[in-house]
Amino acid sequence: MSFKKFLSLLIAITLTGAFLTGCTSTGNKDSSDKPVRFGQLGEPETLDPRKATGQPEGQFLLQMYEGLTAYDADNNAVPAAAEKWEVSADGLTYTFHIRQNAKWSNGDQVTAQDFEYAWKTLLSPEIASRYAEMLFYLKNGEAYNSGKVKAEAVGVKAVDPNTLEVTLEAPTPYFPQLTACYSYFPVHKKTVENNADRTANPETIISNGPFKLTAWSHNEKAEFVKNENYWDAGKVKAKKLEFSIVESNTTRVSLFENDQIDLTLDPPPSDVERLIKEKKAEITPHLGTYYYSFEVEKAPFNNPKVRKALTLAIDRSAIVKEVTKAKQIPAGAFVPLGIPDAAKGSDFRNIGGDYFKDNDIETAKKLLAEAGYPDGKGLPPITLTYNTHEGHKAIAEALQEMWKKNLGVQVELTNQEWKVFLKTCAAGDFQIARDGWSADFPDPMTFLSLFVSNNGNNHAHWKNAQFDQLVSQAKTTTAPASRVKIMHEAEALLMEEMPVLPIYFYTMTYMIKPNVKGFVHTVTDYIYFKEAYVE
Amino acid sequence: MLQYVSKRILSLVLVLYIVITATFLLMHAIPGGPFTAEKKLAPEVLRNINARYHLDDPLWQQYTDYMGNILKFDFGPSFKYQDRTVNKIIADGFPVSLQLGSLAVLLAVAFGIPAGIIAALRHNRFLDYLVMSSSTLGISIPSFILASLLIYFLAFKIKLFPAAMWNGFSYMILPSISLAALPMAVIARLMRSSMLEVLSQDFIRTARAKGVGQGLLIYRHALKNSLIPVVTYVGPMAAGVLTGSFVVESIFNIPGLGRHFVTSIYNRDYTVILGITIFYSALIVFFNFLVDIAYVLLDPRISLDKKGEN
Amino acid sequence: MSDNLFTPIDASLDTSYDFSRPSTSYWQDVWRRLKKNKLALAGLFIIILVAIIAILGPFFTAYSYSDQDLKIANQSPSLAHWFGTDNLGRDLLTRVLYGARISLSIGIVASISTMVIGVLYGGIAGLAGGRIDDLMMRLIDIMWSIPWLLYVILLMVVMQPGLTNIFIALALVYWMPMARIVRGQILSLRELEYVMAARLAGAGSWRIIIKHLIPNSLGPILITATLTIPDAIFSEAFLSYIGLGVSAPMASWGVLASEGATSLRSYPFQLFFPAIAICITMLSFNFLGDGLRDALDPKMRK
Repeated sequence: MSFKKFLSLLIAITLTGAFLTGCTSTGNKDSSDKPVRFGQLGEPETLDPRKATGQPEGQFLLQMYEGLTAYDADNNAVPAAAEKWEVSADGLTYTFHIRQNAKWSNGDQVTAQDFEYAWKTLLSPEIASRYAEMLFYLKNGEAYNSGKVKAEAVGVKAVDPNTLEVTLEAPTPYFPQLTACYSYFPVHKKTVENNADRTANPETIISNGPFKLTAWSHNEKAEFVKNENYWDAGKVKAKKLEFSIVESNTTRVSLFENDQIDLTLDPPPSDVERLIKEKKAEITPHLGTYYYSFEVEKAPFNNPKVRKALTLAIDRSAIVKEVTKAKQIPAGAFVPLGIPDAAKGSDFRNIGGDYFKDNDIETAKKLLAEAGYPDGKGLPPITLTYNTHEGHKAIAEALQEMWKKNLGVQVELTNQEWKVFLKTCAAGDFQIARDGWSADFPDPMTFLSLFVSNNGNNHAHWKNAQFDQLVSQAKTTTAPASRVKIMHEAEALLMEEMPVLPIYFYTMTYMIKPNVKGFVHTVTDYIYFKEAYVE
Repeated sequence: MLQYVSKRILSLVLVLYIVITATFLLMHAIPGGPFTAEKKLAPEVLRNINARYHLDDPLWQQYTDYMGNILKFDFGPSFKYQDRTVNKIIADGFPVSLQLGSLAVLLAVAFGIPAGIIAALRHNRFLDYLVMSSSTLGISIPSFILASLLIYFLAFKIKLFPAAMWNGFSYMILPSISLAALPMAVIARLMRSSMLEVLSQDFIRTARAKGVGQGLLIYRHALKNSLIPVVTYVGPMAAGVLTGSFVVESIFNIPGLGRHFVTSIYNRDYTVILGITIFYSALIVFFNFLVDIAYVLLDPRISLDKKGEN
Repeated sequence: MSDNLFTPIDASLDTSYDFSRPSTSYWQDVWRRLKKNKLALAGLFIIILVAIIAILGPFFTAYSYSDQDLKIANQSPSLAHWFGTDNLGRDLLTRVLYGARISLSIGIVASISTMVIGVLYGGIAGLAGGRIDDLMMRLIDIMWSIPWLLYVILLMVVMQPGLTNIFIALALVYWMPMARIVRGQILSLRELEYVMAARLAGAGSWRIIIKHLIPNSLGPILITATLTIPDAIFSEAFLSYIGLGVSAPMASWGVLASEGATSLRSYPFQLFFPAIAICITMLSFNFLGDGLRDALDPKMRK
């Protein structure tokens, strides 16, 4: 769950697989009286859009607030609080025109000043937002956050109450999509300015989205009601949303099967198969890769042949089919399915193809022998480290057995508590470690830039000058075709060197009652309840 | 007595001081901090955060600042739940845990003590075996399995109770049974054993020989004398149960304090760890004090402020 | 009763009265009385049986605890797999047998170390009384209040995973309730007539502790010790979550049961078999403990 980065959130939908569940038909009037009951994954850390960092916050804020843009049922970024916008020829300046009838929940007009205030305070060093990086796209965003320039220098300005002018650091063609993310949401300047605590509690929050938060009992439940002042209130069907805040995945299954909630996600692996068989769950794509990192600075994994041998000697299809069971896709490369290639409608993964064969024991044995360890003889003891989780454990055990059977390689398993594990990975204090990455946005770059020499998330500590050069080349190339071609080259190089061992591309399991209609869920596991209702 | 109480309060302060210091050092010693995240934060972002929470101060200064705030009963803001203070988290969570815990303690005592007495009076007879076997079962099944089984059978199979959440009395039954099973079993066994012990002692035999009736005998002589081990156990147990159980609160999704006690450590939410630890240890010390008072009430031969004899 | 009313008899005088019976007949006595207790004997028998199965059993199954066959994952009990298979198609019976080794040793070591440390500590505190008692009890308060999880994580970072670690982690906490119980017992016992009498007769502190106070507190001591066993077995599952336990694919009963608890809805048998193994063992330990209590109790002697 922890990979969820919301940037991926809405951008991902436009281009990939978010979809509308059920029919969008007009539900009858009575049905909207039933509240939509959702099993929320965790307690939000805050409800201030400027301080929010993850899935639990996003799930709340998306119902309560609305950005300049939003997504429609066909997954296009469409005007929301802004009715239209223009881009300058150099792609650096955006002018957003805010809707006349965009209203806060107290009836006030939503103004450009509200946006300017929210964005600038988010970037201020005093607020110390954990997600400040999200607004580094703005001109001087990063400089202001590190205290180098004053707030006035930041590239956002309210020209008049209805016009917001945004200047960017570099051309960013997907900037309108970004403004649909919660870090770009406005706050009600008039009240928040004098008292920042007003964003904390349902009694004082003034929001501009389809729903108002009316009650929030911490670590337990929350209630939302329809915001009658919302400009598009006519489309909002449910009068009420009820969120149960449930951290334990087994408890979420209990609540769902006991009819205490109507939909939720991420059941424990042991229940997935049964839930699908009983038609209580659906599987949807999720933009991310499950893999292992080799610590390449130490023997024997400083030898690419050893890394490749271990990578090839795994039966991914069996793991996906018999162990994880949620229809994950066996990975033959690093960048997952679902990211567009240069040509319209084509997929980066399908164009790039697989870089190695699954379960290729022959080649694996040969490579291991070439590396000087025929049949695993002479290999120093190997330890595989994972963070404690029943799913990770099962995969680690399966790999251990496959390596033993296929290559004669003995591997010990070690599990660690989450934050200890993060330290271990960062310090390179391991040989093979579980790893994973979910999309920042649906572009191969979010996956490939991980392995640049100085990237803090490059747990393999793999350094390759040619790779670094390809990545920076791709970043400065604007022509889509040649940019994508360079990224294919970079991935080929990565797979040639194999500092990581890809296992599968993620999916997400949703538990949904058949009578829940009209909601939208995304490849990054966010759900929009704007038009949802229970039949 | 007054002198004794003031002595105990003084020692409470001392105990708390050592607990805070040790916990403070330990939590900074373990790997990872509150802002260690899967996706590393940019250095300048992290710098702002550390400055805001004064985590860039030297450790000794963080420690003295913290101690200063505690004197004002200000436990600081939570690092994880950005808009909540530790005081607020305790104020939100403790009443829930207290409510659930009281019911569990009540259940444990109300069923455990009579069961133990009955078993002792029917020593080596059917009722004794029944109590002993079921209490052994209570001990052998830990709360997470008992809770899972209760949900599976009583909520899932026969829809008698809600599976989880916290919405009224019917929501309290399964979790309080899960919590009470172990202490109930322990109390029954302790009660039985010390009752047997007392019943075999001379003064009871004497009383019996003098023709004191069974009921009065149990009530006036045996019960009081055999409660010592039970009380010793109930004190810290109650403190533990009242501050909430991580397992039961997680499984039944109850918004109590017990969950925070464990998750704050996983989150390295420093202020919450310290705040709850202080709260918990004050409660423990207080309950142990009650236990010692109870000793005196139960057995006049025990005196608390006596100097050591050896 | 105040002490200065009496003066101890000169200990050098050979008239010191020995209040205890000769020890040679004591253990014979205990065994004789234990033999009469059917339940306790059954308990003892089952424990020995479980121990034998734990040691020898794995040699008689056709599978090893780590042999996977993904195609037969999560199968219900059958002739080939009496207890069914787990999520990786491993034979659950074999895993339960191997788990017995880990869990039994954890339970036994934990309860013995608890008993030794707790009885000594509690005994000294209770007998010394006054300031020493106070100090020792406050030390327990302190150790009990510092979150266990914190030093367990530290322990995990400092040491390699394995059984020794678990023993240390468990011994760190479990002696404390035992010490409290023993101290409470001693506090009340030391004022009793026969202890007074022994003291007046010139018996030393240690002699009083070992010959009089401990035997008379055996009930609660044995109860607490037998309680420690299941508690330790399940705490081990929690410790393996932190990373302190035995490494996968080896699994203890505690780990098997807690994993079974999460898959209860889909594969109930994965919880029932390890849980039943634990329950049967616990019942036996408790029956034996109760029997021993009765047998060792000096007042039950005829």
